Amino acid sequence: MTTTEVSWEFFEEEIERPPLTPAQVAWRRFRCHKMALVGVGLLIAIFLYVIVGAFIYSEADANRTDLSITLSPPSRDHPLGTDGTGRCILARTIYGGQISVLIGLSAVIVSVTVGVLIGAISGYYGGHIDAILMRFTEAMFNIPQLFLLILLAKLLSGKIPTFKLLGRSFSGSVIVIIGVIGLTSWMYLARIVRANFLSLKEQEFVTAARCIGSRNFSIIFEHILPNSVAPIVVAATLGVASAIINEAYVSFLGLGVQPPTATWGNMLDQAYHHLDSEPWMWFFPGMLILLTVLGINFVGDGLRDALDPRALTQTE
Amino acid sequence: MAPLLEVQDLTTRFYTLDGIVHAVNGISYTVEEGDTLGIVGESGCGKSVSVLSVMGLIPEPPGKIAAGQVLYKGQDLLQLDQKQMERIRGKEIAMVFQDPMTSLNPVLTIGHQIGESLIVHLGMGQKEARRQSVELLDMVGIPQAADRYSDYPHQFSGGMRQRAMIAMALACSPNIFIADEPTTALDVTIQAQIIDLVKTLRDQLGMAVIWITHDLGIIAGLAEKVLVMYAGFFIERGSVDDIYGDPRHPYTLALLKSVPRVDRTSKERLAVISGLPPDLLGLPPGCPFAPRCTYMVEQCRKENPCLEPIGFGHEIACWVDVTTGRER
Repeated sequence: MTTTEVSWEFFEEEIERPPLTPAQVAWRRFRCHKMALVGVGLLIAIFLYVIVGAFIYSEADANRTDLSITLSPPSRDHPLGTDGTGRCILARTIYGGQISVLIGLSAVIVSVTVGVLIGAISGYYGGHIDAILMRFTEAMFNIPQLFLLILLAKLLSGKIPTFKLLGRSFSGSVIVIIGVIGLTSWMYLARIVRANFLSLKEQEFVTAARCIGSRNFSIIFEHILPNSVAPIVVAATLGVASAIINEAYVSFLGLGVQPPTATWGNMLDQAYHHLDSEPWMWFFPGMLILLTVLGINFVGDGLRDALDPRALTQTE
Repeated sequence: MAPLLEVQDLTTRFYTLDGIVHAVNGISYTVEEGDTLGIVGESGCGKSVSVLSVMGLIPEPPGKIAAGQVLYKGQDLLQLDQKQMERIRGKEIAMVFQDPMTSLNPVLTIGHQIGESLIVHLGMGQKEARRQSVELLDMVGIPQAADRYSDYPHQFSGGMRQRAMIAMALACSPNIFIADEPTTALDVTIQAQIIDLVKTLRDQLGMAVIWITHDLGIIAGLAEKVLVMYAGFFIERGSVDDIYGDPRHPYTLALLKSVPRVDRTSKERLAVISGLPPDLLGLPPGCPFAPRCTYMVEQCRKENPCLEPIGFGHEIACWVDVTTGRER
C-alpha cells in the first residue's frame, strides 16, 4: 500500500514539472560534453587571471621600465621574469590579456554584425540584392585574410589617437585592429546566415507572419534570426579564438597594437630576438594564447553539439 | 451596397523553367459580410493559390497575378503597395494555414506570436497586448491561458497549436477569415472541435469565413455557399443544398460518390475518379475534366464551358446535363 503511494507522488512530481525551455535543453546537452566543460574551466581561469590580477598589479606596474633588471629570469619580485626594458611580464600578461580578450570579443561583435546583416538581407530578399552581396562576399573571400589584415593595419595605423576609457588609456591602434579583424572575418558567417535564411524563409511560419501583417524588418530580425541563433553562436565563439590569433599575428609583425599598450601578440613580437636566451618572454604570453584559443574551441564544439537540433538523440 | 470582398476574373500563373503553370484561371466570387464560403477540390487544383493571391502572398517571381481584381470594400487589393497591404493583412483579412506544426515559429513563445499583430496593427503596448493575448487564448479554448502564454509551440499539441493559430488570426477581429485546410493535419475529433470553434467565433464576431478543404463533409455542416474548383477553374457553384442535394457537374457528382457515407452499406465499394488532375503546365483545349469524365461528349474536347446558371444561385460549367446524360 505504502509503496504505491510513494510511486504515485513521484509520478505526480514528474507531471507537475514544467517542460524544459530550449535553453535548459541546450545546457543539459552541453553538460554531457566533457571537453566543453574543460574549455569553460579554462576560460574562467583566464578571465580570473586578467581581472583579479588587475587588482594586484596596477597598469603602471605593467608599463614601468626598470633598466637595472632587464631580461631577468623569473624571480621572487617578478614571477614570470622581465622583458627587454625591465617590465614585469606577469603584469604585462594580465593587462595584455585584457586587451587581447577585448580585441577578440569586440572584433567578433563587428564581424557578427556585418556578417549577419549581409547574410540576412542577402538570403531574405534574394534576386539581385543577393547576387550583388554574395559576389562581394566571394570577392572578400578570395583575398587572403592575412594580406587584407596587414594591408589595412598598415594603412590605418596611427590614424586614431590614443584615447581614455574607464580611466585607462588605450592606444588608438586597438580600435584599428578591432575594426580590421572584424571587417576581414565576416564572410564565413554571412554565408552561413544566408544559407540558413534561404531555407527558413520558405517555412510556413514566415508566410504566417506575413499573414498577420508583419513588416520585412520584423520578419528578418524577430522571426527568422532567432531560428538561426545556433550556428551564429557557434561561429561567433570560434571567431573569438581566431580573432585573438589574428591579433597576435598582426602584432607579431609589429603592425598591431602599439607599445606601451601590451597585448599577448606584441609581447611575442618583443620576444622574437630572445627566443633561445630568454624563453620566459615568449613562453607565458604564448601559453596564454594557446590556452585561451583551446578553451574557446572546446566551448565552441560543445555549443555546436548542444545547439544542433539534429544531435537530439545522441547525447540523451 | 458593394460586397465585402469581390474577386473578379482572378488569374494567377507561375513562370517556371518547365513552362507556365496556369494555377488559377479567371475565377470570380463574392463574399458578403457574415458569409461562409466553402471552396472544395482535389489537391493541386489551385485552391490555396487562389486565396494566397487575394492575400498578396504569391511569391513573385516566379508567380504573377496575370489578370483580375480583388475588391475589398471597393478597393482593389492587387493595386496596393507592400506597405498598404501589410495594413490589410491580419487586420482586415486573416488567414490560417494547413499545418499547425510548421506555421508557428518554434523559437518564439505562443503569446509573443499572438501579441505581435496587436502591436503592429492596433499600436498596443507590451502589457496591453499580453492581456489581450491571454484573453484570445482563453477565447479559443486553451485552458489556463495565462500560464500557457509563455509556452513555446513544441509544448502545445497539434489541436492546441491550431487553436493558437486561430487566436493569432482573430487578434484584430478581421472582417474576413480565410482557413486553408486548417483541419487536414488534425485527427477527426480535434477536427470537429476546431470546426465548432470557428462556427462559434464566426457567429460571435460576425466575420465572413472562406474555408478551403478537400473534405466535402466539413463544408456540408459549415458553409452556406460552395464553390467546386478543378484545374484552376470553378466548375460548380451553389448553395450547400444545391451542391449536396442536386449536384449537376460530373466532377461534383464523382467527388460526392467517393466520400464514405454512414447510411451506405459497407459492402459497397467507394467510387474512384479514374486518372489524375491535369498538369497545369499545359491545359488541353476544352474542358479540363473531360479526360476523366464519364459523361464526355464531342463538344467537351473542343471548348471549355463557362459557368452558366441552371437554377437560382446554382451555376455549372458543363456541356452535358447529367440528369439526362445528353448535351444541354
